[in-house]
Amino acid sequence: MGLDIKIPIGMLFSILGALLTVYGLATNGDAMYERSLNININLWTGLFMLVFGLFMLVLAWLSRGKEDAEASGE
Amino acid sequence: MENSFMLGWVDYAIIIIYFAFVLGIGWALKKFMKSSKAFLEAGRSLPAWVTGLAFISANLGALEVIGMAASGAKYGATTVHFYWLGAIPAMIFLAIFMMPFYYGSKARSVPEYLKLRFDEKTRGFNAFSFALMTIFSSGISMYALALLAQTILPFQFELNVLGWHMTPFDVYLFISALIVLIYTYLGGLSSAIYNEVLQFFLIVLGFTPLVILALIHIGGWEGLKQQLDVVAVTNGYQPGAWTHTWKFMGSADANPMGVEWFGLIMGLGFVLSFGYWGTNFLVVQRAMAAGDMTAARKTPLIGAFPKMFIPFLVILPGMIAIAMTVDPNISFSLPLKGDSYNYDTVIPMLLKTYYPIGLLGLGITALFASFMSGMAGNVTAFNTVWTYDIYQSYIYSKGSDEHYLKVGQWTTVIGVLLSILTAYVARVFNNVMDFLQLIFAFINAPLFATFLMGMFWKRTTGHGAFYGLLSGTFIAAVHHGLTQPSGATSLVKGGWLGTVVHTYPSEMAQNFWTAIFAFSLALVLTVVISLMTRQQKSDEELKGLVYSLTPKVSTEGVPFVKSPEFLAIIVGLIAIILTIIFW
Repeated sequence: MGLDIKIPIGMLFSILGALLTVYGLATNGDAMYERSLNININLWTGLFMLVFGLFMLVLAWLSRGKEDAEASGE
Repeated sequence: MENSFMLGWVDYAIIIIYFAFVLGIGWALKKFMKSSKAFLEAGRSLPAWVTGLAFISANLGALEVIGMAASGAKYGATTVHFYWLGAIPAMIFLAIFMMPFYYGSKARSVPEYLKLRFDEKTRGFNAFSFALMTIFSSGISMYALALLAQTILPFQFELNVLGWHMTPFDVYLFISALIVLIYTYLGGLSSAIYNEVLQFFLIVLGFTPLVILALIHIGGWEGLKQQLDVVAVTNGYQPGAWTHTWKFMGSADANPMGVEWFGLIMGLGFVLSFGYWGTNFLVVQRAMAAGDMTAARKTPLIGAFPKMFIPFLVILPGMIAIAMTVDPNISFSLPLKGDSYNYDTVIPMLLKTYYPIGLLGLGITALFASFMSGMAGNVTAFNTVWTYDIYQSYIYSKGSDEHYLKVGQWTTVIGVLLSILTAYVARVFNNVMDFLQLIFAFINAPLFATFLMGMFWKRTTGHGAFYGLLSGTFIAAVHHGLTQPSGATSLVKGGWLGTVVHTYPSEMAQNFWTAIFAFSLALVLTVVISLMTRQQKSDEELKGLVYSLTPKVSTEGVPFVKSPEFLAIIVGLIAIILTIIFW
């Protein structure tokens, strides 16, 4: 199929990751983190997802270049 | 669950963003849906890592997530046999030995393979039973989703539509059905596969923090072991029965699963797992959507890598949850159901205990997403089998490709509507569902014998396959009717033929042995009847369908380290190492 799945994956997790990171920063020290053993789990998960999302986007960008090169080579 | 989750705006935002993406993928794929092959077979063009993740994701529905966590609590570490002993060897076998026949033949579906290899009746039997099974599975997923949404979401819609008062259950059911309908209607199998990949990452990223938090809380692996020893002793087993996978498999009385090693290896490790992973079109379809033979063969192997580690994500939470109920330092309990715990609530209860607003939305989204991809996977498999194996074969065979594309699209609508219907049947008649699942179990038990003989013995005839399959199904039913698991209270659990010849220590043991009997009889009868009947198919017709008549897959020019065989060895080694570590 003509749609590179790495693009929607990368976009989705970058957006969700950014959202959770910002929300985690804004609520840092909030009493609700007692539940998560006083770990700001929103921030950490958000950052991890953001990195994962961006990594996927970079991969998509790299493989896009590669596919174009293959197509022109034929 | 007693009360719903406390959610904030950020949780709703996460849920909405995710489903916007799900629908967006369907929309983006719409322009590629120009032929029935694109719609029903994903154009056979996907890379192996995509089909590989979809391959395990199609099986990682919410019922699996919730069910495996429940088993982890109930049976402890022995539950991993479903992965390291069951799924992994079966996936290797599918990749190395079976995939060349599925992908290499002209078959577009598993039932179609049976038609090419055997005859019309064998295909018909498989196609109809499979079509029914997918509709019911999809309906059950829908029902479970609506039930969960109604219990945990605080947002309770009540709607009046054309004089029909819709309860929150109805509203959630229809919203989820509509989302699945839209994205599978627009993008067909590709859309389902893409969303399965998305859901895979969501489940991993959404549940890993949960496992980490719960594990830290109980004091790591050592703390967990200590509490699980208490659980084991309380239930009348040796300490360690909840944390070892093989150590207590010597006799059925010594482990919580109630199975001994032979029944486990033959029943689960061989018959049931090879049958499920090797012949279930729902998963095989993912591999058949790959771009070429090597990618198709690599699909189950690439899927096997994450599959081996999924127990840490789905079984471990169940083990931790049951351990926490006995830990004096942690106040955690599971709701009761009758006189035991309601194990199905493990995941929702853990989410509620550990996740603050924010991650809670992510966890809920992961659960809902996996329910929906369970529905979508079944609907797309139903589509293909209905369109190619039932409609094109028995109803109208002279249509243009455009015609079958239309049929496929309409089948999506009908499949979703039928699933909604079965979801309501499940809600009203719980026993009907148990009964139907039992019937499907009987039909599936001998199926692997048919494929094994069909693929590796060219003398196997259509009559042999069909009547072997039929009598295997029959003996499965008879065996179930004559035996019972200990403590059975309902005839759905067995013994409905009046006399109970044998009582198994557990339901699991009964299931495994039902499969062993059905498989063995089907195998013997397939051979005997084949020898008594004439082979209708010429060697030429069987080329590409049977091992001895198919040229070996050419590996020329491919270095060994890039071959599926090399990948299979790596997968096998890791599974063995994991087994030894958690012996």
